[in-house]
Amino acid sequence: MWNFSVVTGWIDALLHRWMGATWALVAEFVIVGLALLAVYAVLALALIYIERKVCAFFQCRIGPNRVGKWGVLQSVADMIKILLKELIRIDRSDRFLFRLASFMVIVGSICTFAALPFDKALHAIDFNIGIFYILAVSSLGVVGILMAGWASNSKYTMIGAMRSGAQLISYEISAGLSLLVIVILSGTMQLSEIVEQQADMWFIFKGNIPAIIAFFTYIIAGHAETNRGPFDLPEAESELTAGYHTEYSGIQFGFFYLAEYMNMFIIAAVAAVMFLGGWTPLHIPGWEGFNHAMDWIPGIVWFFGKTFACVFIALWVRWSFPRLRIDQLLGLEWKILMPICLVNVVLTSILAILI
Amino acid sequence: MKKYITDIALGLWRLFQGMYITMLNFVRPKFTEQYPENRGEKEYFDRFRALLVMPHDERNHHKCTACGICQTNCPNGTIEVVSRMEADEATGRDKKTLDRYMYDLGSCTFCGLCTHSCPFGAIRWSNEFEHSLFTRSKLHMQLNRPGSSLAPKPAPAPVPAAPAAEPAKKE
Repeated sequence: MWNFSVVTGWIDALLHRWMGATWALVAEFVIVGLALLAVYAVLALALIYIERKVCAFFQCRIGPNRVGKWGVLQSVADMIKILLKELIRIDRSDRFLFRLASFMVIVGSICTFAALPFDKALHAIDFNIGIFYILAVSSLGVVGILMAGWASNSKYTMIGAMRSGAQLISYEISAGLSLLVIVILSGTMQLSEIVEQQADMWFIFKGNIPAIIAFFTYIIAGHAETNRGPFDLPEAESELTAGYHTEYSGIQFGFFYLAEYMNMFIIAAVAAVMFLGGWTPLHIPGWEGFNHAMDWIPGIVWFFGKTFACVFIALWVRWSFPRLRIDQLLGLEWKILMPICLVNVVLTSILAILI
Repeated sequence: MKKYITDIALGLWRLFQGMYITMLNFVRPKFTEQYPENRGEKEYFDRFRALLVMPHDERNHHKCTACGICQTNCPNGTIEVVSRMEADEATGRDKKTLDRYMYDLGSCTFCGLCTHSCPFGAIRWSNEFEHSLFTRSKLHMQLNRPGSSLAPKPAPAPVPAAPAAEPAKKE
């Protein structure tokens, strides 16, 4: 199966021929950083377009269809607009934290994005604690959200940030416990290793019932972590205008917006990597011809196909269900999701010992 | 404990029901009209009242006798029938003739009393709904065309020499 190590190896050799080992490493850092930022921005724009289109279809509308063919350039036009907007200075706000908050949110999101395995050898950094790193860094966003809410000096942002803090910290427990099931099953935290182990069969199929339960709980907790779907209390527009980013304008608001959409992508990508086999093709044991045909589809197509399927589930859920109240939200986590996850982890451990 | 589990199962089942309903909406064909693109393709229903018009036939004849019933019936003074006295060619006597039929679209409420009360079917509603203009004075329009005249009365039965009256209806 062809993979990206050919391309990355070629670039590495080329840089080493031109400059010394240290400078080649620095140049590679810069190239990887730029590539990740570019993919991040393009994916965010694509996601915004997809969201608007899918949302429109769920509401029996057509959605953006004026800018470009089928409105595909709509989000590009929106980006240009948001870049040209004024950055409003809020009276009596904490100016340093106000500025810092939007960067915190997007840095947390980009750091998580950088650790995703897009394809075999197309992986910026392959930690041996990859999934732990993703869980840890993705919670940086909470700090940014709390900062934004505090620094804006407004009751809406304050309430939104407090809700967001309560929500994100609670639901991270369920998300972590759900991913723990896969860590138990695979025996490693390294993302590339987890994906390699799913080459014969994805974990959602070979992990028996615990993996299926974990997939559902992870999807639910993931939606809550992205502040979207039925869990969008931190920015409940009917109660809090826009929640924690009410006072932001221009590209600072754009950072929150991008981070929100990319967090949705990251949650979907992690679900795809952990449960649906990342870039490994769909293999059914015994069907040799079928498996061989599936191998012809490149891994990056598999990765993005699975991720966007998960993104579609997120959008589907978002446009189906009404928003929860804050007590219902916390009740769902502490009374239902977390007990299920704990029981599920115990069940998985027993299964892992038995098999 | 049993209630706890059945509640979760029931809740999940209800959520899936909701998602099924929204998925039906997702795949349902969309009816949104692509307005400027489908201009002229869309058929509007006959009773759609968008603009008052006075049909003219190909010889520039209308059917308005300037009786003024529409003006009297109009609740907000939208219609103004300006008439003049003109000698009738057949009888030689003075006869009321339409000079200008003034219609102010800006104050029209499209109630339809004028077309309903017109004894000759001289005015009717058309489907031309694109009324946006830059000046309000353009909303004040004259419905009879310049140089138009009353359609001659259909002649008595033996001589069917009145093709003018029939096509006027169709226009």
